[in-house]
Formats: sequence, structure tokens, C-alpha cells
Amino acid sequence: MPKNNGKNAHAKKTGNGTLRELFSYIRKYWLLLACTVLLSLATVVCTLYVPVLIGDGIDCIVGAGRVDFQTLQGILWQIALFAVGAALTQWLAGLYNNYITYQVVEDVRAKAIRKLQVLPLKYIDGRGYGQTVNTVISDVEQFADGLLMGFTQLFTGVITILGTVAFMFFVHWQLALTVLLVTPLSLFTAKFISSKTYSMFLQQSKIRGKQTAFIDEMLSALPTVQAYTHEDENLQTFDAMNQELEKCSLKAIFFSSLTNPCTRFVNAVVYALVALFGALAVISTGGMFSVGALSKFLAYATQYTKPFNEITGVVTEFQNALACASRVFEFLSAEEEVSDAQNPRLPPVEGNVRLENVSFSYEPEQKLIQGLNLAVQSGKRIAIVGPTGCGKTTLINLFMRFYDVTEGAIFVEDTDVRTVTRHSLRTGYGMVLQDTWLKSGTIRENLCLGMPHATDEQIIAAAKSAHAHGFISRLPEGYNTYIGEDGGALSQGQKQLLCIARIMLLLPPMLILDEATSSIDTRTELKIQEAFARLMQGRTSFIVAHRLSTIQNADLILVMKDGNVVEQGTHAQLLNGDTFYSKLYNSQFE
Amino acid sequence: MKQVLSYLKFYRKQVVLAPLFKLLEALLELAVPLVVAAIVDKGIPSGDKGYILAMFFLLFGLGLVGLLSSVTAQYFAARAAVGHSTRLRRSLFEKMQSLSFAEVDKLGAANMISRMTGDVNQVQTGVNMVLRLFLRSPFIVFGAVIMAFFVDVPSGMVFAVALPVLTLIVVGIMAITLPLYKRSQEKLDGLLLSTRENLTGARVLRAFCKEGAEIAAFDRKNVEYTKRRNFVGSISAAMNPLTYAVVNAAIIALLYVGGIRVDSGLLTQGQVLALYNYMSQILIELIKLANLIVTITKSIASAHRIEEVFSLSNPLKTSADATVYTDNAVDFQNVCLSYAGGGNALENITFSVKKGQTVGIIGGTGSGKTSLVRLISHFYDPTEGTVLVNGVNVQAQNTQILREKVATVLQKSVLFEGTVRENIRWGNPAATDEQILHAVALAQATDVVNSKGGLDGKIEQKGANLSGGQKQRLSIARALVKNPEILILDDSSSALDYATDAALRKALATLPKTTTFIVSQRTASLQHADIIVVLDEGKMVGLGTHAQLLNSCEVYREIYQSQFKEVHHAQE
Repeated sequence: MPKNNGKNAHAKKTGNGTLRELFSYIRKYWLLLACTVLLSLATVVCTLYVPVLIGDGIDCIVGAGRVDFQTLQGILWQIALFAVGAALTQWLAGLYNNYITYQVVEDVRAKAIRKLQVLPLKYIDGRGYGQTVNTVISDVEQFADGLLMGFTQLFTGVITILGTVAFMFFVHWQLALTVLLVTPLSLFTAKFISSKTYSMFLQQSKIRGKQTAFIDEMLSALPTVQAYTHEDENLQTFDAMNQELEKCSLKAIFFSSLTNPCTRFVNAVVYALVALFGALAVISTGGMFSVGALSKFLAYATQYTKPFNEITGVVTEFQNALACASRVFEFLSAEEEVSDAQNPRLPPVEGNVRLENVSFSYEPEQKLIQGLNLAVQSGKRIAIVGPTGCGKTTLINLFMRFYDVTEGAIFVEDTDVRTVTRHSLRTGYGMVLQDTWLKSGTIRENLCLGMPHATDEQIIAAAKSAHAHGFISRLPEGYNTYIGEDGGALSQGQKQLLCIARIMLLLPPMLILDEATSSIDTRTELKIQEAFARLMQGRTSFIVAHRLSTIQNADLILVMKDGNVVEQGTHAQLLNGDTFYSKLYNSQFE
Repeated sequence: MKQVLSYLKFYRKQVVLAPLFKLLEALLELAVPLVVAAIVDKGIPSGDKGYILAMFFLLFGLGLVGLLSSVTAQYFAARAAVGHSTRLRRSLFEKMQSLSFAEVDKLGAANMISRMTGDVNQVQTGVNMVLRLFLRSPFIVFGAVIMAFFVDVPSGMVFAVALPVLTLIVVGIMAITLPLYKRSQEKLDGLLLSTRENLTGARVLRAFCKEGAEIAAFDRKNVEYTKRRNFVGSISAAMNPLTYAVVNAAIIALLYVGGIRVDSGLLTQGQVLALYNYMSQILIELIKLANLIVTITKSIASAHRIEEVFSLSNPLKTSADATVYTDNAVDFQNVCLSYAGGGNALENITFSVKKGQTVGIIGGTGSGKTSLVRLISHFYDPTEGTVLVNGVNVQAQNTQILREKVATVLQKSVLFEGTVRENIRWGNPAATDEQILHAVALAQATDVVNSKGGLDGKIEQKGANLSGGQKQRLSIARALVKNPEILILDDSSSALDYATDAALRKALATLPKTTTFIVSQRTASLQHADIIVVLDEGKMVGLGTHAQLLNSCEVYREIYQSQFKEVHHAQE
């Protein structure tokens, strides 16, 4: 449990807050919840009362000629009534409980997906995707399951135990005491075994992890393994781990499987004790404590231990669920982007962009862009170059308002971009990133991402100008081919062509091309460049490129280094003399 | 299933003994209600405390022997299950290592790993549970019914009616809900995909203002998922109440029939109590049995997934024709290659390479360059035509020996956890440090080795502590230490700068006996080759030297010009 220790202090502090937030989701369903509680209560009362009735029934059947049929008949009707009552209330309680749980899950997820859209990219970039997916999918599920299902289980469990104990004391307190004292033994045994086996399981999962890492390493490098005929050596390494795993697993599995036989044995002992003392009590009270009462005790003794096992399970689940819930609520309460709902829309733009004294940094301590000034007239081509990590991509983040400037302002058509809606700003830009991203769906769906109602002719024309039509037509179902998550089986170059075609369809007034042709072979690239040149005609374009050959025709080249624009000018101007640009330019051919 | 289960034959003793001991335990449990009945019928009326005490010890003894036999059974079951999965895992790993690229690509590495781990574990649990419970639970259920008949035939009839009804409810509800659960799980996967895409594609989706559309799509899936779960939940929530009701109905019948039989002296009060206890036992075991069936179903599904891997045959063809046709190093004769379901990856490739020559292979992305060189080491079979190495059809050569002659440096160089020395020795396990250092020097990797602290320097899994260029140079060293007859560099200098690339080519030229294949997208990397193969969408569109191709091959000229421009400008 060392996992929990670190978070315990934190969990305690926020525990109340978590519960309060949780109630805010459940409040909507309070009526149903109240019904569930009442129904569960009714179930418990009925199930506890049925063995009593059965015991009374057995008391009516004493011996030959001594059967009280009249009373028995009444009792049998009562058993039927309570059994049906128990079944019905249990079913309804289950239905309502499911409904509330699933509905809360749905509500939380619906809120989460909306949250995702307004979270700053800083949050999304800074946290592993897997972690967030895990929060939205499994944490939500687990906390709802754990808290709501757990709640009813805990509730009915506790009531059952209390009811059983009370009843046993009421009927025969000495016998009740016996049950009460011996039963915990089975819990201790279970606990003892699980604490002993815990380290064995830990050991097992450690070796398993080692083995999985080895399998992963070798299987994902299978071409290399086979090329170097290294299979036999691998098998030897594998065998060594495998044998170690066998030893550990055997121990862990065997010892943990002792729990059931041991608890069963303790229960058998309780049962035997109840039979013994119960029978003695029947004799000593001269039938005051009847055989029927003995039967009730025997029934209770077996039924009494069950909720205990369930409750211990529920408690661990509960802790886990609380941890999940606090992660979910932490995610839901993360700081959002500055709202732009009140802002006006940016009217259609021509493409005049101005940066005034712009400073930006991802982390306050780490200055990135400082005091950047730039004025770009409509229709100009601006190239941004520089070594890795110099802030090229950051600039794009600022243009698109994925991030907001820390100081200064960016203007489009003399309007501060922070005073208009993000949507209206982004509609003005067409963006192709190095990091190609495609949606799972058909090729067509991907191409008309920005223009849902595009006609086939428009789509094909766009694909043709991006040189993507050729390979699309060769796919099994052409434009209707379904591609999986992140492009599925398409090659990196093909994905990039699709991203370019996506923009060719839109023809926005401003373009952002971030290493847009990096994965395309030089011959195809040359052809796309022509298409790009046509596309850029009359449009303001920002081009980030690694291959400097692609940007020589730019109207202005910004050379960036450590967040600053160190040089600017045309290709010819910049190559003149001992510039950083000329160094950069020549280094690729050395 | 056959192969998966075959490993149980090593554990015959355990497989037989585990259930037998479980059976013994069940038998003892079935005796308990009879002992209680004896207490009620004999001990209590006669007031014989000694008898009651004796019966108590009998109950205690039954529990103790039950415990011992159960522990024995658990041990045998665990032994058999764990041993079985250990052997299964081993042969699965052996099988996976022998698969061809095509099959591995089809299955995917992640998928194979999950079969190796998750599925094998599931089979282990299945075997364990079957050995432990598969005899016990049915035995107690049917045993209780038989015991009831043994106590009293008319009361036994109540059991005979109740049991099928209970079974029908349990099996019926599971049969209905299992597929429904599976389908609602698929819906959940849809939600997961949506969430992932909203994260990975946040920039693109926002750039295209798709936030609203994404929310709407997610909401649709979300509501659908809830609907499905509520539906299946309402069915499975009925299982416990229904079985409870049926068992109690049976108890009512028992008390009624018992009342009549006792009144006429055919049955005793204690026996009615015993019958009631049997009925309670049935319900508990029936539920266990239902859960067991779920586990078994899952295990069988896992076993099928594992079996699928075993049934993949390595489809490499062999040929008996060991004739030496030419004295060339490599010949391609009308070679075509197509992958399952796809179009032609290579079409009618014919060329010959003399021993010691350097061959350049060039073409755009997806033109078939890698497929071509993989044919040399017989990683694939050509669909048509023949590939000869040293004049002999590769299909007639022992794959292991063939691959020892050929050293391939892959596009994605993979290094492994361990020292630098261990990694380079993959090429030649017997290599001395001197030989290793020589290979390192040829591969221009001396500075890489030094930066890691010599040959004992540590390399992390997948070479994570090395840059792309460093990895490439070390894997070239690994190939060179083999002293190969044929060296294949599959786009393996792409992460090297021009200067290192040039130095490497110069060093390789000092190996006169080695036939070298250089696959590249850069004309500069292979313009000095003796012969250059130009590929375009699987077809060979040019064959000759750099100078010849510039004259005769348009594709080559275009590639050259697209890159030459850069160089040309640089030299301005």
C-alpha cells in the first residue's frame, strides 16, 4: 500500500471536498437514491425474517401426529410473502442503483468532454494523454461503481450484521456470544493470509514485469533478432526468467488459495459449536429454546460471515474509489482558457498580422520569446527558421491562440486577437503541422474536416492539387476507405498529403505550414511545392521549415535563436556575410 | 485448443488428484446436514449429552479432514496450472520468434505481447479454477439432490423440480447478458477513442473549430452506452432475486411436504432440517458454478487467441534445387512480390551483382526498396521469380546459414539493454575486443563508444540513451563485426550528417570482399556505387551507374535535381 501513503495527507485534506463534489452530482437523483435506500432496507428486513419464519415452521413439525398444520400453513404464506417481498425490493433497488450510477457516469463524462475543449493546451500538452484518458474512462467508472455500488453493499451489509447480531442476542445470548467471538477468526485468517501473500504477489508481478519488458523488447525488434539469428540466446534468457516466474507464481497462487479452505474451516467450526451448544440449550431449557430456534441460528451463522467478507472488500474499493474521484474532480476543476463567449467575432480578414512587443514563456522561470515586434502585410510569405527548440513552433501556438502571449499583443487587421472569439480567429488560418493528425473515420471525413458540406468535386480537386488523389484512388475503397486512429496503416508521407489536401479545400486567407512536407520524398515534395506556391498566392503565409531549400522564395525570413529573432531579411540578403543564417544554411550540406 | 492444452500432459498426476481431493471435501460437506439431523432426532429427544458431544467432534473432524484434502487439492491445482502456463509461455515465445515479418506485421507487436501475458495468465486461471471447482460445485449441487432423495423421496422430488428451474435462471441470464456486456464494452471503447482523439488532435480540432461537433459525437456515444448498460444491468440484476425466490418457494414446498410426511411418521424433524440445509447449499454452489463458467468462457477465448498464434505457419518456402547457376553474389531473376491482399510491392525485378560490388537502391517512399533487400536474406518469398545468393536459390539454402552470411542494418536501428560490447557481439558472439573496436572504427562510431565510457558502457532498452545517429553507427558496427559476405544498409545513414556519411562510405570501400547494398533516398549517398537500381512504385525504372542514369533515367534525374538544387544553392 505504499502507493496510498504519499497521497494520504492530500486525500484527507481534499476528502471532504471530494465527497461534497460527489454529492453535487448525486443531488439530482436524490429521490431515486432515497428509494434505493428504503428498498435495500426492506430487502434486509425480509431476508432476515425469512429464516425466522422457517425456524417457526420447523417448530410446527415436531413428530408423527404432532404437526400443527394450521399454524404451519399461515407461516408458509408468510414465508412466501416475505420472500417475494425480498426478491422484488432487491431487484428494484438494483435497478435504481444501476440507473443512478450509470447516469452519474454519463453526466461526469459529458462534463469532461466539454471541459476538454476549453482546457488550455498547456494542460493537455503537460499531462500525458494516457493519464487524462484514464481519468475520463476508467477513473470515472471506478469511482461511480465503487462509491454507489459500494454504498449500497456497505449499507445492506452493516444492516444485515446488526440485524443478525441483535436477533441472535434476543433469542439466546450465550450462543450469540459464541458466534460473535469465533467468527472474526475467519476474518483474521483471511487477513493473515492476504498480508503474507502480498509480498509474494509483489515478487511475482516484478518478475512478470521484467519478462514482459524482455518480450516487448525482443518482439518489437524481431527483424533485428532474426537478421542476427539471435533466437536461441533469447530463448535461454527467457527460460531463466520463466523458471523464476514459475517458482514465484506457484507460491503466490498456492498460498493465496488457502483463504477459502481456511475460512470454510472456521465457519465449519462455528457451525459445529452452534449445533453443540444449541442442542445442549434445547435440552437444558426443556424445549424453550426449540429445534426451530436452532435452525434459525444455524442459518444465521452461515449467513453472518458473508457480509463481513463483502464489507472488507467494499472498504478497499471505497478507498480506491475516493482516490479515483479526487482525480476526476481535479481534472474537472482544472483552470480553463479565458472565456471568449462575450467577445465579438472577427470580421473576415485580409491577412495583415502585427506583433507588438510580444513576450511569451511556457514556464515563468524560462523566458522564451521576448519583446518580439513584427508587421506582416497581407499576401506576404514569412519563413521562420532556426535550430531545434528556438521557438518556431511556439510562434505558431501564439498565432493560432493555442497559447496567449504573456506580454504585448498580436493584432490581426488591427484587432487584438484576445478581444475576438477564438473560432473567428482560427477560421482565418489554415494549418498544416509536422505532427500529422487524422481522425478515425473515412478519408472523405478527414478531408472535409473544415468544410463538412464540401461536394465530391471540391474534395477531389483539393486532393489532386495535394498529389493525394493518386494514392487515395488506389486504396480499396477510395475516398470511403476507413482509416483507424491516427491514420492507421497510412505512411507518414501519405498522412501529410492528406493534411495538405485538407487545407487545399478550405483556401483560408492565412496559412501556417510547420514542416509541412518533412516526410515526403524530395521528388514528390517538389511537385507539392508548386501547388503550395499557387495556394500561397495572395495569402499571408507563415512557413516553418527544416529543409532550407523550401523557403528561399519567401518575402521575409525570420532567423530565430533562443526565442529571439536574431536576423531577418530575404534569402539573398541573409546569405551575404557571416550571418547565423548562412551558417545554418551551409551546415546541412557539410 | 489442442496445442494449448497439450502441455497438461506433463501434469497428469496433479490433474487427476486435484479434483479427486476436491471431491472428497465435497463429500464431507454433504455429510454435515445428516449429522445435524442426527443431533436433532437422536441427541435432543433422548437428552444424551455424550452423543451430542460425539456428534460435535464428528462435525469438527469432518471440517478438519475437509480442510486437509482441500489444501492438498489447491496445491496440485496450482502446481499443474502454473507449470502448464510456464511451458505454454515458453513455446509461445519460441513460436513468435520464428514468425515471418508479414505475420508479425499482421498481428502487431502489442497484440503479441498481450497474448503472451494477459491471455496466458487467463488460461492459467482457467486451468486452476477448473481443477479446483469443476468437480466440486456440480458434485455438491447434484450430491445435495441425491442426498435429498436418499433422505426422503417425495422431498427429493421438490429438489428435482427446483434444480432445473434454478439452472435455467442462472444459465439463461448469463447467456443473455454476456454478449450484451461485450457489446457495451465496445461502446466504451468508442468513448475511449473519442477522448484520446480530443487530446491527440486538440490542435487540429481547435484549428478547424470542431469542438462543438466533437461534443455532439461524444454525447451520442455516451447516451448510447448508458442505455445499453441500463438494459443489460436490469437483466443481470434479476439473477439474485429470482434464484432467491425460487429457493424459498422450494423451501415452502419442503416444509409442506415435510409436514405431511412427519405427521404420518415417515420423516423426522431433524430430517426436515437437513433437507432445508441442502437447499441452502445448492444456491451457494450454483452461483459459484455460474462464476466459474464465466471464467472458463474467458479462458477459452484466450486459449483460442493463443492457438491462433500457434496455427500461424511460417510460410517460407524451401526448394531442393541447389544448383549453382552463376558466380555472382546476388541475382534477381524476374522477381515479383505482393503482400497478402495488397497490390504488387515489386514487379519484374531483374539484375545481377558481382562479388565485392557496391549496389545503390533508390526510390521514393513506398517504392519497394526495403522489400527488395529483405528478399536477399529470405525474409519473404518472392511471389514470382527467383533470388540467388552465391548463385544458389535462397529457398534451397538453410535460412540460418544464409542469414549468417548477410548483415543487415535496418532503417530503424534497434539496440538492446546491456553493454556496448554485448550489443555489438550480436553480430558475432565470439568477437574479441580488438575485432569489436575495429568494426566500431569502420562504422565511425569510436566517439559514440567513448562517450558511453568504452565497451562496458550501458545502453538502455531500445537504445533510449543514444541519439538516432549514434544508434545507426553502433548498429553498423554490429553488422560489420560479423564480417559479412553481403552487407545491407537499409536507409541506415539517414540520421548521419553529410560528413559522417561520406567518411562511412569511404571506410566501407576498404572492404573489397564485401558486397554492399546501400538503400537511400539521397543520390549523394550512392552516386559512387558500381550499379544503381532505381525503383518507382515497385517497378525497376533504371539500372546503371550514376552517370548513365542521369542520361537515361528520368525518375533518377528528377530525384537528383530535387536534391541537387539544395547543394547547388549551398555552393553559391
